[in-house]
Amino acid sequence: MSDQSRQPVLQLEQLTRVHGSGATEVHALRGVNLSVFPGELVAVMGPSGSGKSTLLTIAGGLDNPTSGKVVVEGTDITQVTRKELAALRRRSIGYVFQDYNLIPALTAAENVALPRELDGTSARKARVSALAALEEMGLSHLADRFPDEMSGGQQQRVAIARALVGDRRLVLADEPTGALDSETGESVLALLRSRCDAGAAGILVTHEPRFAAWADRVVFLRDGSVVDETIRTDAESLLAGSGTGTGGQAGAK
Amino acid sequence: MSIRHGLLALLEQGPRYGSQLRTEFESRTGATWPLNVGQVYTTLSRLERDGMVVPGGDDDAGHPLYAITDAGREELRQWFERPVDRTSPPRDELAIKLAMAVGAPGVDIQAVIQAQRHATLKAMQDYTRLKAQALIAVESGGDLQDNARGRDDMAWLLVLEQLIFQTEAEARWLDHSESRLVRLSATAKRGATPPPAEPAPRTAESAPARASRRR
Repeated sequence: MSDQSRQPVLQLEQLTRVHGSGATEVHALRGVNLSVFPGELVAVMGPSGSGKSTLLTIAGGLDNPTSGKVVVEGTDITQVTRKELAALRRRSIGYVFQDYNLIPALTAAENVALPRELDGTSARKARVSALAALEEMGLSHLADRFPDEMSGGQQQRVAIARALVGDRRLVLADEPTGALDSETGESVLALLRSRCDAGAAGILVTHEPRFAAWADRVVFLRDGSVVDETIRTDAESLLAGSGTGTGGQAGAK
Repeated sequence: MSIRHGLLALLEQGPRYGSQLRTEFESRTGATWPLNVGQVYTTLSRLERDGMVVPGGDDDAGHPLYAITDAGREELRQWFERPVDRTSPPRDELAIKLAMAVGAPGVDIQAVIQAQRHATLKAMQDYTRLKAQALIAVESGGDLQDNARGRDDMAWLLVLEQLIFQTEAEARWLDHSESRLVRLSATAKRGATPPPAEPAPRTAESAPARASRRR
């Protein structure tokens, strides 16, 4: 892969998060390093309490680390003002939740347009980019539907469109398939995968190995530390029987 | 794996010769279970002995053909109707390994589990990438009935998904085993029992339940 020369969309450096203090101190994250490059989907797996949700909320600027850096598109979001952070979140970071979180009173197109409108884009321009995002993901037919007129899988696909509308390139997905049946969950994953193939960077938190398997890398968290990581090989290596051998270090133990 | 019934199913679509059967078997199953021509001919001669196939002349290129008989069709029909036999599951090396690792001196069972989980997830990633390609092929393909290519693509997709679900089951079982071990060792620590280097502690939970294992 030629990723080395490119800038990561997201870079977590020595990320630590401690909840509480003294005797009740809990280390949710202990010095986590993780970079996600354009075109890459990274799955984070681990038992409950391993820190995977904390990692995602900090990466998305919804929580602050106790120490460490969170660099999104070149900016350390732990060092910016509250206002700058809000702007960064609107422009650069898309979140996808288990329960879709679409606004019920707005149509799919309006939901997708919302982050851009909040960012000061005119309503007309925001709608144009929302429709473009929906079309790119094969969802044009849903544009004028309200959330309660869509299936769970359709809502989640619209949520992915909202996460990646405009110039946003980072999508953080927290158990996005948790409320979906197996086949629908898979179609949501296929969409996420294709958006990453088209240049977005994604982190997927999941406890479902079958969905994690759509990722380029799978990172295993235990007690707030990365204990292991799979490394991508070429799609053909399984059939051709010729591994690519991109260096075999498998994360710090 | 039943080569015998696989060959009968292919022969039901018309007479075929040996290496043709091998090729078709592999294109259906994506070469997941490679066959050699020797196996095909051995199986064909057993089928012939049992009256399920008969020699069916030669094709234009002089290949000797085999054709299915009525008895063969009946056997095939019964095979499709009968569930696969589960009374003697194949030996599973991983299950045996973990069973042996429980309480084994000097074995870090969590490290054993993680090493396997890594490999299992890696295999799933590879299968999933192949599956993404297979899905594209299936969705661009046509009718399954009279389209050999589309039928092979669909069959390959089903086989790939079976591999994915099987590796998933393994990954889930590993997760489950790990959390069980962690919970039990936490309970053991709280009870101020001696260090866990003792051979086979906590047998009350696991070993006797397996006492009825077949040999």
